[in-house]
Amino acid sequence: MNGFLTRQMSGFSATYRRELGAYFATPMAYVFLAVFLLALGMFTWEAGRFFDTGVADLQPFFMWHPWLYMIFLPALAMRLWADEAASGTDELLLSLPVGIPGLVLGKLLAAWTVAAAGLVLTAPMWVSVNFLGPADNTAIALTYFISLLMAGAYLSIGAAVSALTGSQVAAFVISVVIAFVFTAAGWPLVLSTVQALFGTGFADLIARFSFITQFEGAQRGVLELRAVAYFLGFTATFAYLNCLWASRQRLG
Amino acid sequence: MLEVKALEKSYGPKQAVRGVSFTVEKGTVLGFLGPNGAGKSTTMRMIAGVLEPDAGDALIDGKSIIANRRAAQAALGYLPEGAPLYEDMTPPEFLRFLAEARSLPRAGRRDAIDRAIADARISTVSHQRIRDLSKGYRRRVGLAGAILHDPPVLVLDEPTDGLDPNQKRAVRALIARMAPTKAIIISTHTLTEVPAMCHRAVLIDRGRIIADDTPAGIARRSEDGTLESAFTRLTDQVEDETQ
Repeated sequence: MNGFLTRQMSGFSATYRRELGAYFATPMAYVFLAVFLLALGMFTWEAGRFFDTGVADLQPFFMWHPWLYMIFLPALAMRLWADEAASGTDELLLSLPVGIPGLVLGKLLAAWTVAAAGLVLTAPMWVSVNFLGPADNTAIALTYFISLLMAGAYLSIGAAVSALTGSQVAAFVISVVIAFVFTAAGWPLVLSTVQALFGTGFADLIARFSFITQFEGAQRGVLELRAVAYFLGFTATFAYLNCLWASRQRLG
Repeated sequence: MLEVKALEKSYGPKQAVRGVSFTVEKGTVLGFLGPNGAGKSTTMRMIAGVLEPDAGDALIDGKSIIANRRAAQAALGYLPEGAPLYEDMTPPEFLRFLAEARSLPRAGRRDAIDRAIADARISTVSHQRIRDLSKGYRRRVGLAGAILHDPPVLVLDEPTDGLDPNQKRAVRALIARMAPTKAIIISTHTLTEVPAMCHRAVLIDRGRIIADDTPAGIARRSEDGTLESAFTRLTDQVEDETQ
């Protein structure tokens, strides 16, 4: 079992380092971080009215995470496999004595690291909220943690679809649509429509699979293992699809 | 060293490779010739473990590419067609990635990389990003990647394609230096370089081997004794038979 795992995961650290290097060797990561932080700041202050709520919490900040992730993280993940297909390096990669799961997780984790860097750079937001009044720092730390897990789920969609389509633009568009479905499923506007059409039971079921619903629990400051399991399970499912779609190429 | 056994591959209804078998011993450079679309690249990709054959097998240093893919791939150096590379890396970074991905022993990595850079003659460009290199240098970086782990078997898909005469000579010299200790397959369109570079030539057309001989032996099968007219005559013949 141990040997099996080692074989499957061979190539993981080489891939992780190469992909992380690729993000920072091109303007990719810097542009992503700059625009992501700018957008997050704008939404928090302008649309979220950060200073007007009169409460020292980060709710106007966190509420935008799913929506911004929905757009930004597919953009971050779209190159992971499509770029290899476009430049022909996938052929090089498949000729190496490595396991596909190692490649998949190495790539996913590299993108995840860039997203984590984005979250770390929002720390000033957390610091300033403590100046405004007594903040519930445990709840904030917890929400950051769940947000990071949620980022992984969004990235896993983008990475898997990138392996499926082999085109960056197609990967981006399809990933955003899939991400939108999983995000908007918890949106009151969508839920009320579903409720009207199919009844409350079905609407509850839909809501349970929404990123927003899972994320909201964390924002209330309760560590729900269900949310942790949901996002990790979601990521694992798409990572598995990613493995299948990446190895499909071997079949010709 | 390398044993190719009845490889077959179809893309949908099109049979790209139909039962290709040959053996290459250590010290032999085998020229893999054929018209475009004859199945050369498909065969090489199957040997490299990039593509799964529908039937047949390839033994690299005795290890099956089907049953024991990773061990077989560890014994193989492969240069894909067009020598795709990671453009944003410098040659040493690229080689370091390959060394790590191939799990070469940590202690020997630096030596392996230095040796590959010296053998491929790319030390002068080691500070430049691959995207800024000329075609000749890029090809040599690809070759450095293929020989990094000193594999007993090399599969090179059109290593000299698109290079100028000087660059071609440099690549041919590199292959000649490696030849005595390895089994090497090279596919090429440039028939004139085959007698100089290869000990043996396999001619393939429509997925089948139609000649397997020394370059001189194949050339003798034409009226004027050149490899080129033999190539035309043999591949035309197949066309006539199938009509």
